[in-house]
Amino acid sequence: MARAVSTRRKIAMTTLAWIVGLVIFFPIFWTILTSFKTEAQAINNPPLFWGFDFTLENYAVVQERSDYMRYLWNSVIIAGGSTILGVLVAVPAAWSMAFVPSRRTKDILLWMLSTKMLPAVGVLYPISLIFVEFNLLDTRGGLILVLMLINLPIIVWMLYTYFREIPVDILEAARMDGAGLREEILYVLTPMAIPGIASTVLLNVILAWNEAFWTLNLTAATAAPLTAFIASYSSPEGLFYAKLSAASTMAIAPILILGWFSQKQLVRGLTFGAVK
Amino acid sequence: MSMTTALRASSALALCAFASVASAQDTTITIATVNNGDMIRMQGYTDLFTEETGIGVEWVTLEENVLRQRVTTDITTNGGQFDIMTIGMYETPIWGANGWLVPLDDLSEEYDVDDILPAMRGGLSHDGTLYAAPFYGESSMVMYRTDLMEEAGMEMPKAPTWQFIEEAAAAMNDPENEVYGICLRGKPGWGEGGAFITVTANSFGARWFDEDWNAQFDQPEWKEALSFFVELMNNYGPPGYATNGFNENLSLFQQGKCGMWIDATVAASFVTNPDDSTVADSVGFALAPNAEGVEKRANWLWAWALAIPAGTQQEHAAKQFIEWATSKEYIELVAENEGWANVPPGARNSLYENPKYQEVPFAEMTLESINAADPTDPTVDPVPYVGIQFVAIPEFAGIATEVSQEFAEVYAGQQSVDEALENAQALTNDAMEAAGYR
Repeated sequence: MARAVSTRRKIAMTTLAWIVGLVIFFPIFWTILTSFKTEAQAINNPPLFWGFDFTLENYAVVQERSDYMRYLWNSVIIAGGSTILGVLVAVPAAWSMAFVPSRRTKDILLWMLSTKMLPAVGVLYPISLIFVEFNLLDTRGGLILVLMLINLPIIVWMLYTYFREIPVDILEAARMDGAGLREEILYVLTPMAIPGIASTVLLNVILAWNEAFWTLNLTAATAAPLTAFIASYSSPEGLFYAKLSAASTMAIAPILILGWFSQKQLVRGLTFGAVK
Repeated sequence: MSMTTALRASSALALCAFASVASAQDTTITIATVNNGDMIRMQGYTDLFTEETGIGVEWVTLEENVLRQRVTTDITTNGGQFDIMTIGMYETPIWGANGWLVPLDDLSEEYDVDDILPAMRGGLSHDGTLYAAPFYGESSMVMYRTDLMEEAGMEMPKAPTWQFIEEAAAAMNDPENEVYGICLRGKPGWGEGGAFITVTANSFGARWFDEDWNAQFDQPEWKEALSFFVELMNNYGPPGYATNGFNENLSLFQQGKCGMWIDATVAASFVTNPDDSTVADSVGFALAPNAEGVEKRANWLWAWALAIPAGTQQEHAAKQFIEWATSKEYIELVAENEGWANVPPGARNSLYENPKYQEVPFAEMTLESINAADPTDPTVDPVPYVGIQFVAIPEFAGIATEVSQEFAEVYAGQQSVDEALENAQALTNDAMEAAGYR
C-alpha cells in the first residue's frame, strides 16, 4: 500500500518537474527555433512551430556582420577572469567568517549583501569616472575587476554557507594531528569543500557571462563581450527578430554546453547543504 | 583521459586558436551607431572608405536607448571612447549648445552642405551652426491598404483630415477577420507612443508649453486630441494597442491586419518589400492628417546624424568619414549596388531631384512630409521650444516618458482621459519647476 502511494507520488512529482522544466526551457527553445526562420515567418501570427522553411541564412548574416570569435573570446576571459579572481578573494574571507567568526561577522555579511540591493545605474557615474581616471574603459582588465566586485557578495555568501556545513571537529582533529594552517586548508578543508566551490564557480561564470549592464556601459570596440554582440542586433525600428534570435543562440550556446557538461557538479553543489 | 575531458580540452584549444587579431591600421576611428537597415548597410561599405583613406573603422552597434545612455555617459565623463556618435535631432541642439560636439562648419566644398534639406539642417543646428550631418531623415505619413480602400468604395485624398481617417477606419474595420481599421502607437516612452500623441496634439492645435513654460494639458485642445485618439483606437484599433510600438505595428501591417498605419516614412520601404510584407503591392501613401481647420499636421521630423564629440583625438579622420558617409557619392554607391529604393532617404535635396529616385513609390510623399514639418514652428500657438514630436530640452525625455505612461493607462482602460491629463499637468509642472524653468 505504502509502495503504491510512493509510486503515484513519484509519477506526480516527475510530471511536475518535467512541466516546470519545459516551461523554463520554452523561451530558449523558441529563440533557437526562431533563429531558423525567415524574418517574415518569425513574426507570423499564429506562431509557427513547424512547416516553416528551415534556413541558416540568419546565422550566415550574423557571421558576416560581426566578428563572433572576438566577442566570445572577450566573454571567456571576462567571465573566467572575474570568477578566478573572485574565488581567490572570497575563499579566505569565507573561511575566516565560517571558522573564526567575530561579533560583527553577521553584520558584515548582511552589509555585503546590501550592496547588491543598489540598482547598478545608481553608481554608473562614479564607476565611469574611476574608469576614465585609471584608463580602464574598454579594457578586459577593468571589466574583470568590476564583475568580480559585483559578484563578490554572492561568492562569499555561497562559500560561507558551504564552509559552515563542514564540522569544526574535523578541522580540530587535523590540528591535533599536527596540521598547520596551510595543510588544514589544502588537505582537509578544500577536498571537503570542492563541490561547494565548484558550484560557486559555475554559478559565478554564468552570472558574469550574462551580465549586461556594465559590460555594455564600460566597453566600446575592443573589450565588448557577447552581451554587446546580442545588443547590436536589437532594434526598435525594424523587424530583425530572426537575426536577433540567431545572435542570441550563438551567445548562449557556449554557456549552455558548459552547463550540460557540469550538470552533476552543479546539482551536487547546490543541494550540498541539504544532503550533507 | 575520458571522453568529456578530451572534448573540454579540445574546445578550449579551439577557442584559443580562433581568437581573432584586430587589424592594425595607422589611424582607427570608433563609431557608435544604432541598429537599423541603413546603418548596417553602411557598415558593409566601410572597407571602401578604408581603402580610399587608410583610416580603419571600428563599429559599436547598440539598440537606440542603450546607445543614448552609453554615449551620454561617455560624453559627460570625457570617456573618449568614440570618435563619431550617431545621435538624433533631440540630442544634437542640446549637446551642441553645451559645447560637447565639434562644430561642422568647415566641411569641404565638394560636400555641398547647402544640399542638405533645410528642415534637417535647421533641426541639427544650434544658433545657426551645424553640429551633426544627417545620414538619413524621416517624417511620418499615412500608409494605407489600397485594396481595402477600394473595397470600401473610398478614395484617400493626398492630405486627409482626422475626420476622414476615422471614416476610413470605420469602413475598413473587420475585426472578425482580424483586420483593424487603423494601427497606431500606444506604447509608453517619449520616442514611441509619446512622440505619436504629441504630433496628434499638434494637429489639434495643442502644445506642450506656453511661452512661460507652463504645461498646457489643462487646455481643451489636449483633451480633444487625446479623447479623439482613444475613441478612434478603441473602436477601430487592434486589441492591446496600449503596448504597440513601431515594430509591433509594422508586424501587424505586414501581415495585412491594418487598414491604415500612420508612422515613420522609413517604414514605407519595409511594407513595400515583398520579401517581408504580404501586402507589398497594395500600399498607398498620404500626408499625416490634421483636425479640420488646424493648419499643423501630425507629422514629425527626425534624423539620425553623425556627430563628433569634442575632445576626440581623431577629429580630422572623423570629419573625413562623416563627409564620405553623408555625401552624394555614397548615395550613388548604394543605388548602384542595391537599387534606388534602398538608399538612405531624407537628407539631401539632390536625391529628390534625381529622376531615378522619383520613380520610387514613396519618394514624393516622404519629401512632402519632411518639408511640411518645421521644428522651429511646430504648433499653432507660439512655443518657447524647438522640436515637433519632442521638446529640445534635457528634461523632456524623462517628463514625456512619464506622461506617455499616464496616457497608456487610458489606452488600457485603467483611467479616464481627464485623470490622465490632470496627472500629466501636475507632473510636468512639478518637473519644470524643479528644473528651474518656472
